[in-house]
Formats: sequence, structure tokens, C-alpha cells
Amino acid sequence: MAADPLSRVFSALADPTRRDMVARLAVADATVNELAAPYDVTVQAVSKHLKVLEEAGLVSRTREAQRRPVHLEAKVFDLMTKWIERYRLQAEERYRRLDDVLRAMPDDVEATPPTARRQTGAPT
Amino acid sequence: MTTTRAHETEITVDPNVPLVRITREFDAPPQKVFRAHTDPELVVQWLGPRRHEMRIDHFDCRTGGSYRYVHASDGNEYGFHGCFHEVRPSELLIQTFTFEGEPDGVALERMLFEDLGGGRTRLTSTSLVDSFEARDAFVASGMEEGVREGYERLDELLAG
Repeated sequence: MAADPLSRVFSALADPTRRDMVARLAVADATVNELAAPYDVTVQAVSKHLKVLEEAGLVSRTREAQRRPVHLEAKVFDLMTKWIERYRLQAEERYRRLDDVLRAMPDDVEATPPTARRQTGAPT
Repeated sequence: MTTTRAHETEITVDPNVPLVRITREFDAPPQKVFRAHTDPELVVQWLGPRRHEMRIDHFDCRTGGSYRYVHASDGNEYGFHGCFHEVRPSELLIQTFTFEGEPDGVALERMLFEDLGGGRTRLTSTSLVDSFEARDAFVASGMEEGVREGYERLDELLAG
């Protein structure tokens, strides 16, 4: 299992079946059998996917109820996706400024500025 | 997990190694994208965060060279420095990166410039640090709630 919460959540969500399960749980709680129904896999395989989601803190199961419905921990999901989305948007903003710089550059430009072409090796 | 947007920045958080990968395509050939990363007069126009003034102390973008720049905002200054480990025009840029507020920390950054043809370039940028905690702090930096507060909230949720 991955070492930290962010890695656990993102490796848990790297699998398309688990992403689909999370999307369905975002609508309503469901039992393991209900979750397994649309897939061409065994209930055991779905239980394994659920274990990964549970260890990442993304879903929980009620201990008391007989049906033990699976519940999406939306706050954990939102927190982790917010971190990564914020980071992504910062990079995208930076690269949009770079788009503008690239548009303003002449086409026949060299790959490095003259100062970087004086010589290679240690700086003088 | 990868977040996907057409032609927009993609972020990948590696589950096995403490690195973050950023991928983006540009409507410009590799030599222009490379020049924008190696020419201090161009770097200053896009690299700094919004609402910060970027001031370059020195920027000697050659294999074995080094750089230092400062982001200034509301009277506060944040310094960053590193070394250019490999500068291969239009192809590859490998450098180190240190935030002077945490001088013991260093990221190894690798930027690969891929020629997609038709005047387009794919830039793949990876930042490798020495712990998952440092990587997560990196990703969560700039959040209103820092990584520690985020973990505390997560612990509460996991406990509840």
C-alpha cells in the first residue's frame, strides 16, 4: 500500500472500476451486491476494490446494519481532489502566460540565449 | 490518478515514488519552448506566480551553471535557487530547485521537450523530492489550508 494519504487516495482512484464505484456512491449508498451488479466480475473482486477504497478513507461501511451499505466519504474525496486540482490550475495559469510569451517570440529564435552559448561546462 | 482536460495541464501523482509529473502541450516548436525556459528575459514573464513580482538575481542556464530568483509580494520576499545539471537545447533540461525558506530541501526537476511535429511541443516536467510528506506539502502549497491542517481533517474523518 502506498505510504501517504494523498498517494493512497490517488492510487485508489487510478482504477476505472473503482472510479465508477465512487461515482455511483456519490449518488447514493449501496450494498456490495448492488455495486457488483453492473460489472462482469465476482462479488469477491468488488469486495477487493472496496477494501482499497476503504483503506484510502474514501468509503466506509456501517457495522450495525445487516445490509452493511457502503458510504462515500465525500469530504475526504473533495479534500484530496481539491489539493490536486488547485495545483493543476496553478500550473495551467503559469503555462497560459507561457503561451502568450511563445506567441510573441519570433519564429527563427535559437533554443538558448547568447549568454548560454558562450561555452559549455562550468560557469566562469 | 490523472486529471484529463483537452490540451490543458495534466497532473500525475506517483504512488510509488515521491514525484509529481506535469504534462502540457504548446502550439510552438521545441526550440521556442526551450528558449522560454532558458532566457532570463523570457522566464521572468511567465514563471512567477500571479500577484508576485519576479526578480532574477542570476540565471546562467548552461550545464554546470546556476540560478537564483526572488518572488516578492506585499513586502515579503521568497528566494529560490538551484543548479542546471544538464542543458540539452530543444530536448532536455535537468535542474535542482530549493526554496530558501527550507534550505535542506531540494527537488530534482526534469523537463523533457518532445517535438510533436506541426510546430507543436509536449512538455513533461517531473519534480522528485526525498519523502512523500515533502511531495504532498509541495502539492498542497498555496492552499488556504496547508497540508498539516488537511491531514488533521483527514485523520478526524478517518477516525469518525
